[in-house]
Amino acid sequence: MATDTPTDTDFGQVSRTKDVAFRLLALAATLVGIVSLAALLANVAVDAVGWLNWGFITSPPHPDPYEAGFLPALVGSIAIMLLIALITFPVGVGAAVYLEEYANDGLLTRFIQLNIANLAGVPSVVYGLLGLGLFVGLLGFGYGTVLAAAFTVALLILPIVIISAQEAIRAVPDSQRQASYGMGATKWQTIRNVVLPRAMPGIMTGTILALGRAIGETAPLIMIAAPTTVFGIPNSFESKVSAMPLQIYTWASYPETEFQYGVVAAGVVTLLIVLLTINSIAIVIRNRYQQRT
Amino acid sequence: MTANGGSSRSVSASDPGGSRSDATMTDNAPLGSPRVDNAVIKSRDLDVYYGDDQALHGVNMDIPERKVTALIGPSGCGKSTFLRSINRMNDLIDIARVDGDLYFHDKNVYDDDVDPVALRRKIGMVFQKPNPFPKSIRDNVAYGLRVQGKDDGDVDEKVHTALERAALLEEVEDQLDSSGLDLSGGQQQRLCIARAIAPDPEVILMDEPASALDPVATSKIEDLIEDLAEEYTVVIVTHNMQQAARISDKTAVFLTGGHLVEFDDTNKIFENPESDRVEDYITGKFG
Repeated sequence: MATDTPTDTDFGQVSRTKDVAFRLLALAATLVGIVSLAALLANVAVDAVGWLNWGFITSPPHPDPYEAGFLPALVGSIAIMLLIALITFPVGVGAAVYLEEYANDGLLTRFIQLNIANLAGVPSVVYGLLGLGLFVGLLGFGYGTVLAAAFTVALLILPIVIISAQEAIRAVPDSQRQASYGMGATKWQTIRNVVLPRAMPGIMTGTILALGRAIGETAPLIMIAAPTTVFGIPNSFESKVSAMPLQIYTWASYPETEFQYGVVAAGVVTLLIVLLTINSIAIVIRNRYQQRT
Repeated sequence: MTANGGSSRSVSASDPGGSRSDATMTDNAPLGSPRVDNAVIKSRDLDVYYGDDQALHGVNMDIPERKVTALIGPSGCGKSTFLRSINRMNDLIDIARVDGDLYFHDKNVYDDDVDPVALRRKIGMVFQKPNPFPKSIRDNVAYGLRVQGKDDGDVDEKVHTALERAALLEEVEDQLDSSGLDLSGGQQQRLCIARAIAPDPEVILMDEPASALDPVATSKIEDLIEDLAEEYTVVIVTHNMQQAARISDKTAVFLTGGHLVEFDDTNKIFENPESDRVEDYITGKFG
């Protein structure tokens, strides 16, 4: 090494001010959502103390806030959810498979595709009107029954299920389909053995998220004339049914402050627990599926 | 995407139902010796279009039984397109269209009464990137048997035989139930070869099967291909000329624009090609 040319070891410094500033800004943006949600949850949870107990979730509603229970709405919501899952999963996956694997990329397909995307954004009250006309009126499912409620809300979340299932199917690498076709598999064999197993975790995630939206829906239930309060748990598809958000909404309009704070908070916490339970069960199912494939 | 439709062809009026196997080659014949004895596959004036782009121009060549036939040429020369037109994988591309004739055992595979799914059960395929299914090694190899309804007998025995032929059995014998994705790249490609030969096809098409592999894995695949030619007709696309020279019996040279320029014994192509352009390509002057 030449000694007469001294090496310059002072590279200087590059300013990090903007790096740091942006990082703090991004952190703040993250915290706005999380902190406000946490504050809301804490507030509701504190209000629910003393109100959310075994009696609350095992009793029917009652004019006396200290006697009021949530059981019919709780069972009603779960029944509606199960039926919605049974309706939307096969229909949604079927539609997604058709659009992704069978349909030619023609004008009609694009028209259908555009409409599905638009339907996903239609306000839920409009679906309530549709449900009232179609399921209650035309098909005679009855005002405010389990059947009418489930079909109406199922229609509402169907576009979301279809779109997320399409995305999951599209994410299956084409090399996998090629491998299957190259082995002399038919289209159905390829979909059944290669595409669907691989897309299933994604399809399930989409369906779960859609169900999460469905469990909070109130407007379409009001439109199909679901009763705000029922005193018995539904025992058939034709039973009149109320749902948790509807019952909570009703309580919130009662004059007694015990209802407005304590009972409503207990209902909200129950609703959130059910929502989280459904999500966790579905995530476990999804992970199992993922490991098998 | 359609599995068994999507391509159209013009049927020439002189085509008497696919028995034109002795058809003489026209002016489109490449240099060299494009006719071979005991040909299994015969391509006659085969054109392939993707939309308005013509990817292959009047390809005329024969592929001999139980030999290794290499298709070489620079990128975009149409060699993969030709390979995929043999088992009608091009049908899967909506805009692909085929003109001309391609005979497999004297039956034109582009005749209306040919089911491409049935055709692919006779002509297996191995792809450029190893593409095992996210299933166990056993289920990967058994996939073809299952979809083809050949899983009535002893599936396990057939799986073992296929893995042995693919020179993979020793390495995976104790882990047949673990995922095919846990194998190394070279092992995955041999797994794909085992999967292709398990249902016992007549022809195996290979689309640059070693291009994604390291040299050791490549040499294993090359040894394997030479062994496979004892029982199967092998057609292999490669951009590696040394590989073609090492393992193939016949070589077809495609040059730019989708023209088959010369077809002959591999030795002849590499030692004394008729075409100057082929000689330039072989010696690395272009491409």
